[in-house]
Amino acid sequence: MFYREAGIFKTSYAADQALFRIPFDRIFVISVVLFAALVIPVIGNEYWLGSILIPTLIMAIATIGLNILLGYCGQLSLGTGAFMAAGAFMGYKIATAFPWMPIWAVVILGGICAAMIGVAFGLPSLRIKGFYLAVTTLAAQFFLLWLFQKVPWFVNYSISGVPTAPPREMFGYLVTGAEASVEARYLFILAFTVILALIAANLVRGRIGRTWMAIRDMDIAAELIGIKPLPTKLSAFAVSSFYCGVAGVLWAFCYINTVEATAFDIFRSFTVLFMVIIGGLGSILGCFLGAFFIFLLPIFLNSAPGWVGLEVPTELISHVEFMVFGALIVFFLIVEPHGLARLWAITKEKLRLWPFPY
Amino acid sequence: MNFRSVTMTVAAAAVGLVGLAGAAQAEGQFIPNLVYKTGPYAPSGTPTAHGFADYLAMINHRDGGINGVEIIYEECETGYKTDRGVECYDRVKNQHGGATVINPWSTGITYALIEKATADKIPLLSMGYGRTSAADGRVFPYVFNFPSTYWNQMTAVIKYIAEQEGGYDKLKGQNLGFIYLDHPYGKEPIPTLDILAEKYGFTYDKYPVPPAAMTEQKSIWLQVRRSRPAYMIMWGWGAMNSTAINEASNVKYPMDKFIGNWWSAAEPDVIPAGDGAVGYKGATFNGVGTDFKVYEDINALYDAGKGSWNREEIGGVLYSRGMAAAAYVVEAIRTAQGQYGNRVITGEEMRWGMENLNVTAERVEELGMTGLMPPVAITCDNHEGQDPAIKIQQWNGKAWEIKTDWIKADTALTRPLIEQDADQYAKENSITPRSCS
Repeated sequence: MFYREAGIFKTSYAADQALFRIPFDRIFVISVVLFAALVIPVIGNEYWLGSILIPTLIMAIATIGLNILLGYCGQLSLGTGAFMAAGAFMGYKIATAFPWMPIWAVVILGGICAAMIGVAFGLPSLRIKGFYLAVTTLAAQFFLLWLFQKVPWFVNYSISGVPTAPPREMFGYLVTGAEASVEARYLFILAFTVILALIAANLVRGRIGRTWMAIRDMDIAAELIGIKPLPTKLSAFAVSSFYCGVAGVLWAFCYINTVEATAFDIFRSFTVLFMVIIGGLGSILGCFLGAFFIFLLPIFLNSAPGWVGLEVPTELISHVEFMVFGALIVFFLIVEPHGLARLWAITKEKLRLWPFPY
Repeated sequence: MNFRSVTMTVAAAAVGLVGLAGAAQAEGQFIPNLVYKTGPYAPSGTPTAHGFADYLAMINHRDGGINGVEIIYEECETGYKTDRGVECYDRVKNQHGGATVINPWSTGITYALIEKATADKIPLLSMGYGRTSAADGRVFPYVFNFPSTYWNQMTAVIKYIAEQEGGYDKLKGQNLGFIYLDHPYGKEPIPTLDILAEKYGFTYDKYPVPPAAMTEQKSIWLQVRRSRPAYMIMWGWGAMNSTAINEASNVKYPMDKFIGNWWSAAEPDVIPAGDGAVGYKGATFNGVGTDFKVYEDINALYDAGKGSWNREEIGGVLYSRGMAAAAYVVEAIRTAQGQYGNRVITGEEMRWGMENLNVTAERVEELGMTGLMPPVAITCDNHEGQDPAIKIQQWNGKAWEIKTDWIKADTALTRPLIEQDADQYAKENSITPRSCS
């Protein structure tokens, strides 16, 4: 009934090449975005917007970044946290060195700096594959964090090494810093998320995305059909690091308000990797599902006993949280190794035949 | 119903439950606490949280609250992680009619919350940690860090070393070692140490311990063995402390020349090192043990079965410090009630209470905590209290012994630095420092 291709006639190339070719799909996505942009800021309270949706959307951007590299181009990276840190620190340097610069430009420049660093650390991928590449990106993780903590220039010689993100305005509204209203920060991040997700969705189904997938599926065959591994792999690293860098700037400027290296440690890299795997490799929708699942589940497990009126000691809740979280990840990987995106695809298949399945 | 539909049902139920969040409001003075009883910092975080909780529970149990206003206490687990701390802050700040005061118990979390709490008009009490320059109340109206700061603590530790050596002139040409957690917390006193080194003509080596590998300090202590610093000063926390003390005794570093700051000298830090830890020294601003009058009431609490912990474990260094923090909070609420009436006070009123807090020696005696917590007087421009001072305690293998009287910090040296840093912060964030005169 829903998601049926039958009866939908495309009369132009543009219609045939549209991102969402099924009207139901298109209406659904547009209404979700409109809901997120217009309704959620009105109905959401400060806790939901500020502590749940803002970090989740930022993590979704980072997850799209890693998914481009891992899910589409097949290059395993454990340096996500470092590329986020690169974006955050360079964004901070740019914002403080050029106070007149609009904040959206700071975010994008921070991402571009991260992209350049990502390309440098992506160079070994031409010779090194699989787990060995993961180890070299691990070097990026440790080296970059060490660098940002070691060289006081990156934090403008702040004594504690944890400078505060400077407040910046957009359309007359503060969007960064603690004074900024949570709605303004949320909409600012939502705009970035939607635009970046659209760009990613179009990138991966175009020429560049197809070359990435060719390299992922079999690099020798890809070379034989005329795809150069060097620009392909490096472009994947660049785009991926750009996304991670943007996520890093937003994390520091719009969420925790301080530029702190420990916020981007190796656990951050692993978290993003889990989001990609749980969400679904090679799926933009999966990035959002994975980010929501991994970010919300611990908070849900932590607060759930309180809602049903159970008085449980906090340390016990935390330990239970770790166990349930681990168990659920294992459970999901067994039941659906292709991630939440695959579950969604199955649901779509079912909806197509509903209510008369055969 | 197959496996997959089970998962879908569970997911749907989860989403439904989330919607129920934020119900249940009760009348009372809400004091949340950001704690960490899990993870690598749990050995330090657990006793602190229990001391804090027990003191508040005792006030409720003995007096039925503060002047008749019952305390509502709730914990939120941060794991010492800054992002979880921010999430916890947002979660608790509007519960039960709004948080009275926030205790982040982490320098990193304090840094992330300074602007948020100021915007939300909720005071932050970072007792003996956090941003040192927050002692300047003109720029940081909502942040309090009494009874002393890291910078002042460092001057007092150097003063103690000078006394041991026979005067500041004996420090000239000496080489000290500073081992610290490579985290905002550990880096905080470095500028002061630089100035002290220059002033008194000594040098020092830095030994940063990365948080991710804080239980691997072999190579650091091999370096220490080679360079043989005259004294080692430690700014450590959590599992780093016991590892450092263990490794120090392994390389036969003289323990009486090894001095930890007040977060690096508690029972969980020295007990794992066994006999090797005997002689280790640490700074403190609170007493230890259960020989204080206030423990009559704490024991009554445990007799009533309302204590939060195991009875045998209470009375340690960090437990006492948690109690001291809670006692300051309660006294500040009393001060605010004196101004605004005996009712539930708001965060803004609490700020007034903290800024006019004057816990005299007589008041400490009335609380039955003489020796357990120092008297403190806060003013508008000074949020760390007058005459910050520390005592040096030493581990004798069974208990901590206080070895010195109060060692006064060199505030003449640190106050201009505090004001300079606060002014720079004010300039960067376009804050006009308020007038305190």
